[in-house]
Amino acid sequence: MNTVSAQRAASTTTAGGPYVRIDRLTKRFGDFVAVRQVSLEISRGEIFCLLGGSGCGKTTLLRMLAGFETPTEGAIFIDGVDVTQVPPYERPVNMMFQSYALFPHMTVAQNVAFGLQQDGTARAEIESRVREMLMLVKLEGYDKRKPHQLSGGQRQRVALARALVKRPKLLLLDEPLGALDKKLREHTQFELVNLQEKLGVTFVIVTHDQEEAMTLASRIGVMRSGEILQVGSPTDIYEYPNSRFVADFIGSVNLTEGTLVEDEPDHVRIDCPQFGGTVYVDHGVSSPPDATLSVAIRPEKIQLTRERPEQADNVLSGVVTGIAYLGDATRYLVRLPTGFMLRVTAPNMFRREERLAHDETVWLHWHASAAVVVTR
Amino acid sequence: MSSPAERLADGFRRLRRAGGGQLGRWFVIALPYLWLTIFFLVPFLIVLKIAFANIQLAMPPVEPVMIWTADKVLQLRLHFSNFAFVFGDELYIAAFLNSLKVAGISTLLALLLGYPMAYGIARAPGAWRNILFLLVVLPFFTSFLLRVYAWLGLLGRNGPINDLLLALGLRHEPLQMLQTDYAVYLGMVYSYLPFMVLPLYSAIEKLDLTLLEAAADLGCRPTKAFFTITLPLTQEGIFAGCLLVFIPAVGEYVIPALLGGPDTLMIGRVVWDEFFGNRDWPVASALAIVLLAILSGFVLLLQRVQAREREA
Amino acid sequence: MPGRRSLFVLMALGFGFAFLYLPILAMIIYSFNASRLVTVWDAANSPTLAWYVELFQNAQIMESARLSFRIASLNATGAVILGTLAAFALERYRRFRGRALFGLLTTAPMVLPEVITGLSLLLLFVALQDVVPWLGGRGATTITIAHITFSMAYVIVVIQARLATVDRSLEEAAMDLGARPWKVFFVITLPLIMPAIASGWVLAFILSWDDLVITSFVSGPSSTTLPQLVFSKVRLGVSPDINALATILVLIVTVCVVVAGTYMVRLERRRARDAQAAFDPAS
Repeated sequence: MNTVSAQRAASTTTAGGPYVRIDRLTKRFGDFVAVRQVSLEISRGEIFCLLGGSGCGKTTLLRMLAGFETPTEGAIFIDGVDVTQVPPYERPVNMMFQSYALFPHMTVAQNVAFGLQQDGTARAEIESRVREMLMLVKLEGYDKRKPHQLSGGQRQRVALARALVKRPKLLLLDEPLGALDKKLREHTQFELVNLQEKLGVTFVIVTHDQEEAMTLASRIGVMRSGEILQVGSPTDIYEYPNSRFVADFIGSVNLTEGTLVEDEPDHVRIDCPQFGGTVYVDHGVSSPPDATLSVAIRPEKIQLTRERPEQADNVLSGVVTGIAYLGDATRYLVRLPTGFMLRVTAPNMFRREERLAHDETVWLHWHASAAVVVTR
Repeated sequence: MSSPAERLADGFRRLRRAGGGQLGRWFVIALPYLWLTIFFLVPFLIVLKIAFANIQLAMPPVEPVMIWTADKVLQLRLHFSNFAFVFGDELYIAAFLNSLKVAGISTLLALLLGYPMAYGIARAPGAWRNILFLLVVLPFFTSFLLRVYAWLGLLGRNGPINDLLLALGLRHEPLQMLQTDYAVYLGMVYSYLPFMVLPLYSAIEKLDLTLLEAAADLGCRPTKAFFTITLPLTQEGIFAGCLLVFIPAVGEYVIPALLGGPDTLMIGRVVWDEFFGNRDWPVASALAIVLLAILSGFVLLLQRVQAREREA
Repeated sequence: MPGRRSLFVLMALGFGFAFLYLPILAMIIYSFNASRLVTVWDAANSPTLAWYVELFQNAQIMESARLSFRIASLNATGAVILGTLAAFALERYRRFRGRALFGLLTTAPMVLPEVITGLSLLLLFVALQDVVPWLGGRGATTITIAHITFSMAYVIVVIQARLATVDRSLEEAAMDLGARPWKVFFVITLPLIMPAIASGWVLAFILSWDDLVITSFVSGPSSTTLPQLVFSKVRLGVSPDINALATILVLIVTVCVVVAGTYMVRLERRRARDAQAAFDPAS
């Protein structure tokens, strides 16, 4: 263990500023721009998630961090060292592959030992570190098995052990839970976070699954067509999306367009034709007066009542056209007089309550802080 | 942060690293590339050159095409006479046409026999499928020459087939089977049947059985389902199989030489005789070039048909 | 559909396999026939092993068999080395200068009629005679070169197909863990494509062992391979010792294929069992 602390001590002295710095990174494949001018800073010990749909460039960015792709422009610094041109086999970075990429012709122990062997580590130390690592991922006694003799969850843990055994400065995880079924995934998420806290390794995770990103990440970077649209904590991203895309991509949302009719520093009023009325928001908006804005309201922030609520602003009425009972909550689809369909989620707080029925006319309202106004 | 000396050392290390990777890559490509260039591309260019040369009575029996004359002129003499000769002689034309005919008929026969076989193997129950598959591959591993030879005995005047025909009273005298075109067809189908069955088998095996169930569910009878579902979807296998049989059959030498008669003219045999018998290298080369052109034409045509089918 | 196989398909299978195997069977039976006329059964003296004895006493046949075996092994090894490199280049280096030509050169030998391949190689060897004298005396060397050139194409197909199924992230993972490219190749890629390399070797061996046409073009008077000898004998008609030779070859091949087949089936079963055991909590 003293190597780790030595390594840590050494790196803390050199670490001034961010641990990983990505500077205006661009990757082109022929005419196609996979990653466009991405700059990013990641601190030590962070779990950073790159989130986006397929083809958004998140995997290419990860592969540039690993060294499998050479950037067309820009640079990557890890712990203050420019690693842009360093080949993957000399980077202090390890990766856990989406397919796990376990060597099928080697046993579990051989797989985990592989990285240490490449460094010429002494045999005795390899053995003890492999044992230690297998214990950490709870796979003691599996060392002589071949990958095809393991279940999906076990394979995932071998892959993790193999990537962590070299004590990398940075661990890259490509859709780490993508191949697991739902139950196992939830369990593994927490194990992964625990392990990261125990070892203090910086994680960069690529995923298309927003729930996975929300549970794992300390910060999330949302990507679309090669660019990072927003970087922030899970709460930031969810509660304060900076664009229509982010608002729509993370969770469920009601989006409509509108124009400013009242523009004060402490509040604004936006006319939304699709709502058939105005939306009152309790904070200011920086935008040119005639610009078209988007208003985003999360379904769980809207309340449904049979009686007309007392508040004056942000009140609408409509007809229930769809009901989906999910157990913990119920999703409603409410048609406004304008024809616009509003999604509403209501928690099922009581076992017995008189639930709303189809074709029932209901009132909807939300708090002045509930709506988010985005200009992009 | 780092001293100039360190930076220099780092620079060298990086250079060596880049050089090492590039060198390995270069080696992997260059070695087979060089081999194929020397022993495949260059020989082919020599054939092309000799096809335009004039015959002479010496060793080698061709005049040079390019001559560096005394007054420092590079003379290039291309004799088109070889091609004129090839296209002017009915014998060669007949040999080409007959090769295409024999190969075409053999391919068709192999398809007619191979398709139901491949179908039967692909639809056989698990354990049987592997055994039958092996049985198709097995003959390929036993000598081609010896398998052709086996028919020499069977088809002979006093071979078992004639014995049977005589015993059954179907013939009063032995049937002349060897040294006929029919024997050549038989030999071709026999030798190349595995090449037909293998691609067909993999195409039929890949076919999603639920498609046939869907067809049956929609009221399509099995026979009709075969022609409207199975056959079109295994087209690629049919193309591949036909190509694998047709191409070698056109240039085949051994089968017509052993089973065919003296009047079974096939182009592979003509090239052979032209080269070894008449020692006419230019005409043999010209024949080879024309044969290659015909075969390339077929391959390209088939590729285009296939591409169009895929688009449609 | 499944379960109900039509009579027609069954008949085609029966006929097809009879067609494939009856001639071979006949050849085996006749190899024990005492009569020199081969197909006329000499009931009085048969079965006999006389032709086998004669075969092994025939120095010419034994000599050419040895030569063929030597050429075939050498060829298979050379073709596998070059073929592996070429398959790797085609499969892993997507873009390099001259790739189109390289792709053509690696497939064309399969499509080219043997007569043309043989002819063109002979012309090359004749042209090289003055430049590279040791190629001039045509024999085992020139035959081996010719065989490598055409059997390499088949080896490439086999190895490339296997290489395509090897997950690239395995190689990347090895590199990520600190293995240099050449080490990745020997420690990860090579073991994974070993089955293809083995079958490529066997394929190249058989192609060379069997080849008559190309060999006839590039061989010299001093070197006669087994197919050449067999061809010159059977051109004159059936010959009983050739039946004995064929029987021995068929036997060897059958044993090899059956052994390889059962081994593969057993391997497959064990893998399936292992994979199942992984999900069985009792284990």
